[in-house]
Amino acid sequence: MSNAKAVSDASFDADVLKSDKTILVDFWAEWCGPCRAVAPILDQIAAEHSDKIEIVKLNVDDNPQTAMKYQITSIPALKVYKGGEVVKTIIGAKPKAALEADLAAFI
Amino acid sequence: MREIIIIGSGPAGFTAAIYAARAGLKPLLLASSVEAGGELMNTTEVENFPGFPEGIQGPELMMKLQEQAEKFGTEVILDDVTSVHLEGDVKTVETGYSGTFEARSVIFATGSAYRKLGLHDEERLSGRGVSWCATCDGFFFKTKTIAVVGGGDSAMEEATFLTRFAEKVYVVHRKDSLRASKIMQERAFGNDKIEFVWNSEVVGISGENAVEALNLRDTVTGELSELPVQGLFVAIGNDPRVHLVHGQLDLTADGTIAVQGRSSKTNLSGVFAAGDVIDPHYRQAVTAAASGTVAALDAEEFLAALDQAEAELHADDLVPAK
Repeated sequence: MSNAKAVSDASFDADVLKSDKTILVDFWAEWCGPCRAVAPILDQIAAEHSDKIEIVKLNVDDNPQTAMKYQITSIPALKVYKGGEVVKTIIGAKPKAALEADLAAFI
Repeated sequence: MREIIIIGSGPAGFTAAIYAARAGLKPLLLASSVEAGGELMNTTEVENFPGFPEGIQGPELMMKLQEQAEKFGTEVILDDVTSVHLEGDVKTVETGYSGTFEARSVIFATGSAYRKLGLHDEERLSGRGVSWCATCDGFFFKTKTIAVVGGGDSAMEEATFLTRFAEKVYVVHRKDSLRASKIMQERAFGNDKIEFVWNSEVVGISGENAVEALNLRDTVTGELSELPVQGLFVAIGNDPRVHLVHGQLDLTADGTIAVQGRSSKTNLSGVFAAGDVIDPHYRQAVTAAASGTVAALDAEEFLAALDQAEAELHADDLVPAK
């Protein structure tokens, strides 16, 4: 699994919504194959763009409240938060170049 | 230069790799970055792969195939192929991040991609109730009413799997009978949570921010109706992944890579194809694996013939000129 910091229902407000950084939350679960496939790619993007964006992960199995609040029905779901608001949503695992293109405005 | 590059990491690709590796050809297998393992990575129980009477989970089967391929010396790279050049004696394969590779032969085992309904609403509501992966997303539809579109084995498998979560699963199918195998049909028919909606085609999906209903058209009477659901899983089949070889390899009317007879030989020498990318019909893990075997044996024979021809050429060189 990815090396990203894990956030939870309890920490979401402080770690994501109140953060002054741009945060990408990777909504994932153990049983989701594409989530496992995209995790190392997210690690690479996090390492290469740590000055611009922080990438964290939220296990939807363990944190149903946040998953429900953001109406997650498909994973991996990658949501970019800025100032407490969702500014971008990416659905599904994609190759690195495609993710970088989707995230061009933030990295 | 390498002897052989295999593009694709489903049962066809890994089986070709096992054979090529055992033949001492040290294959390079380009597995893709996010779809390594292919279609079986998104399935649950595989019950029809010979040798596993208790069944085996799709991802576990693929891990075992990879392990077996690597055991005999296959090099596996998790990267995507961005372009190929297949004419001539040296084939080149470019990847996203790992550079360009050269080989004397290439096997395409790129499989197929989920077919979409082709509706504007489908894109708009993707991740908002529209899904292509029951194993990934079923969890989010606990106690909900959902629909699966399709009439094949994968539609039946998804519908049956989704009853673990959903309150009710409609199976919407264009015809009044199923293409699915008997055992999968019976399992679906015997499931209280599954209800079939026959002769119906999805022409639209309603819902502003989330799926609320399917707009259906009766394929016999043309009558329109609405089916309230909160989720839609699309399982209407697959299309062969041939974008890399357009303009280089001949394709069939079905859109698959054309091969000669029962072989894996394409229209270019040294280029072979195997698995779902050449098969519009059977599309099973076992048939793909068998097809991978054929491709590896064809490539092995091709390389041996090349070696032989080169050896003869050199032998001629050794004969002193008179």
